[in-house]
Amino acid sequence: MTDKTLTVRYFALFRDLAGTAETALTSPAETTGELFDALATQWSFAEPRTHCKVAVNDELVDWQHPLSSGDIVLLFPPVAGG
Amino acid sequence: MSAVCIAATPIDGQALTQALRDPYCGGFVSFEGWVRNHNEGERVLRLEYEVYTPIAVSEGEKIIAEAKQRFAIDGARCVHREGMLALGDMAVWVGVTAAHRGPAFDACQYIIDNVKTRLPIWKKESYENGDSGWVNCEQPAAHGHAHG
Repeated sequence: MTDKTLTVRYFALFRDLAGTAETALTSPAETTGELFDALATQWSFAEPRTHCKVAVNDELVDWQHPLSSGDIVLLFPPVAGG
Repeated sequence: MSAVCIAATPIDGQALTQALRDPYCGGFVSFEGWVRNHNEGERVLRLEYEVYTPIAVSEGEKIIAEAKQRFAIDGARCVHREGMLALGDMAVWVGVTAAHRGPAFDACQYIIDNVKTRLPIWKKESYENGDSGWVNCEQPAAHGHAHG
């Protein structure tokens, strides 16, 4: 398990809770789901993962998506368009 | 003209309708979503849409393509606002043309239903009591009201 260097971007409620729109970090998380769980604990995200979405390098992916160093991970809280 | 657009300025539904006119099509169905003055018992004063445009557009175009595959329609477009909106402002417009009305109704509903659940768009409401909150998000008390 090696740490990956990632850029994480937070939107809407997640940005409010994290106090930043974007951060660079290193993480041992292997998947988007593992990364979300770690950040949800750190920033007290109350939303179940199943209600949220994640994108890597501008593509929507699932929570089993493997992470690589250099990835830009976008964390989307529950959406409310319309 | 892209089938999906995120607009920072007011939506002109009449111009969008004209652009979809087609002598092949006998049916046109549109949906307009407007900012309303209440939500879950709270008096809403205004709201702000945040949009992540690159994925909102790409996912929106997927939805339009799906609608064209599922229903016998011809033209389809969707425009969604971003930024601060006042009560009564149009937040979203969907228009569909088809040879006949049935598929146009069905496709319009399909598009707006999926736009609401799949596009990375968030809505922050400001309330009469001074609070504000992100719609559809459970929020700590310090950050405003809970919305289930």
